[in-house]
Amino acid sequence: MNPTDIYLDHAATTPMLPDAAQALAAALSDIGNASSLHASGRRARRSVEESRERFAAALGARPSEVVFTAGGTESDNLAVKGLFWSRRADDPRFRRILASAVEHHAVLDAVEWLVAHEGAEATWLAVDATGRVHPETLNDALTDHAGEVALVTVMAANNEVGTVQPTADLAGIAREHGVPFHTDAVQSVGQLPIDFAASGADAMTISGHKFGGPLGVGALLLAREASCTPLLHGGGQERDVHSGTLNVPSILGLAVAVEEAVADQPHRSVVLGALRDDLVRRVCDEVPDAVLNGHRAHRLPGNAHFSFPGCEGDALLMLLDARGIECSTGSACSAGVARASHVLLAMGASEERARGSLRFSLGHTSTTADVDVLIEAIAPVVDRARRAGLATARR
Amino acid sequence: MKVLAAMSGGVDSAVAAAHAADAGHDVTGVHLALSRTPASLRTGARGCCTAEDARDARRSADVIGIPFYVWDLAERFAADVIDDFVAEYAAGRTPNPCLRCNERIKFTAVLDRAVALGFDAVATGHHARLDGGVLRRSVDLAKDQSYVLAVLTAAQLARAIFPLGGMTKTQVRAEAAARGLAVADKPDSHDVCFIADGDTAGFLRDRIGAAEGAVVDGDGAEVGRHSGAFAYTVGQRRGLALARPAPDGRPRYVLDISPVTNTVTVGPAEALDVHRVVGIRPVWTGGAAPAGPSAGLAQLRAHGDVVPCTAEMAGERLEVRLHEPVRGVARGQAIVLYDDDRVVGSATVDATG
Repeated sequence: MNPTDIYLDHAATTPMLPDAAQALAAALSDIGNASSLHASGRRARRSVEESRERFAAALGARPSEVVFTAGGTESDNLAVKGLFWSRRADDPRFRRILASAVEHHAVLDAVEWLVAHEGAEATWLAVDATGRVHPETLNDALTDHAGEVALVTVMAANNEVGTVQPTADLAGIAREHGVPFHTDAVQSVGQLPIDFAASGADAMTISGHKFGGPLGVGALLLAREASCTPLLHGGGQERDVHSGTLNVPSILGLAVAVEEAVADQPHRSVVLGALRDDLVRRVCDEVPDAVLNGHRAHRLPGNAHFSFPGCEGDALLMLLDARGIECSTGSACSAGVARASHVLLAMGASEERARGSLRFSLGHTSTTADVDVLIEAIAPVVDRARRAGLATARR
Repeated sequence: MKVLAAMSGGVDSAVAAAHAADAGHDVTGVHLALSRTPASLRTGARGCCTAEDARDARRSADVIGIPFYVWDLAERFAADVIDDFVAEYAAGRTPNPCLRCNERIKFTAVLDRAVALGFDAVATGHHARLDGGVLRRSVDLAKDQSYVLAVLTAAQLARAIFPLGGMTKTQVRAEAAARGLAVADKPDSHDVCFIADGDTAGFLRDRIGAAEGAVVDGDGAEVGRHSGAFAYTVGQRRGLALARPAPDGRPRYVLDISPVTNTVTVGPAEALDVHRVVGIRPVWTGGAAPAGPSAGLAQLRAHGDVVPCTAEMAGERLEVRLHEPVRGVARGQAIVLYDDDRVVGSATVDATG
């Protein structure tokens, strides 16, 4: 990123908090494997365990409930596959996974893999036009499939459209039916209050780089009573659920970042929400037919997600990028090809509306000046993309 | 100028993009995703369409220092190139998908979108020269691609840049290495890019369906059976599996394919000689058809022989008299007319004699 670039893609990754970066950098030259028995090893282990305690306290979990991983995708895979395998081992009838239709690919594709290779069955929980799963939808699905559900997984807040799910209600319903509940809370830390103990969830995915921690580190919060089969086998370093030499410096950076993000969250949410509302209002002033996707109120404070009729999202992105404004179309596959978002399609949007969408996400470095630059650019960019959309329409 | 450089992930398009940037243009690299289900890694000789090729293109753009994007044209490519390819074979014609891709994808779908997005031109790594709107052969005749570009109209050529026309392939590779482009020694691509295993007959059989039919000689006598006429190309000798040898013991070649009767006609080599070609859908790179009969050169396939000819429009059709016979000309191929090394125009072969 050039210093002059306007970064409106914090949901993809947000700059590291300075204190976290400093702690990480300082720890990188420390020696010691946290599993070694000598003095260096004990120092490393102490750093990890202190980080674990700080991390757990910030998120309302017990230290023993923290399983450090390499990030969101790994935590999601561990939760979905691990809970599924464990439950199926308890009772072979537990083969069904209930998942919202708007999950991140790390959950979606893990579920589909289990369906394809492990005899799982999936029920995709419908969402309304704002992207919310209604508690009765989950209740009906659990009732319809009583005695066969292995787990329920519904994300805390959607990464594309920012819709916040009623996870406390959903977790409560799952609990009534005696089914473990996993939630991907990757987008929520630092933007919404998080209390693992009060959430009712049995497992919760956390990713460091979304709230100012380092890349390549995260955690699965896993309730003490939850049983989860490991994905990776080896030293069993993390509660025998996860193996691999502990990433001591990154775990420290993660703990420093989560403390600051959680402490600042009440204030940050208000500031971000006001900035976001300003952005939404002014974009809609500039482009009157822009459609705000997602929920007006139940929304991540930093998220603004629009459809611009007649435009292709990737054309908008490229034109804004050329002006130094960085945002996202919301989803990308491995080849970097933009596809119509499954989230918007699940919300009932047409393929055309889904393809013409763009996400602006604000974070701890965002300013009013950033929004000003976007507002200056958006109308001419949309106009240009619209002409390109017409030119690309099949002849 | 604002230039969009189409980057396949190969060495030619990478060096072409670098030249466009060196020339002072504001260049943006774009990789065209043409496959609906791209494989992760490249296999064999197909130099496009995998995620690895997209990554090669991205790395080249990084080294050149230009922005890079992937454009998804898989649907357009399927409709305009792959479906067309299958339909042409099903109709007993022999299409050239590279030519169709240049005509419909690179210089229609991509060019139109680029212009609408504010670009002035599209640059590609084709080996051909473009001087003031005049399309000429590359200085490297072995790599010359003017044949597959001859279908472009004057308006399309006005927005095209071919930076490599003055270079040999050897020079292109040397320059790529000197620039630190990792694709400098990437193998040349050939074969049809969308047929992953190179098995064209199998690809067509899956889409058209096998249908057994007769292989007949010039008198109409059955000399063998085939499992689908589309698997044959005019001029083909191998793989005919004929039951009876020719009376004179000489090799026999495919002379004609009739999808209506599902018949493949075979005969001696000299029966393949074509002296006259009728072309349809002519395109004149200079904009207008030459008035009256004009003498020049004709080429009937990529890297095929070049023969002297006289061409003349007869109504909507192009009549070409070849002064030397050309062997094995199939309907659906392109006939490209040259004046020395200058492309005059092209047409689709509809009939031969």
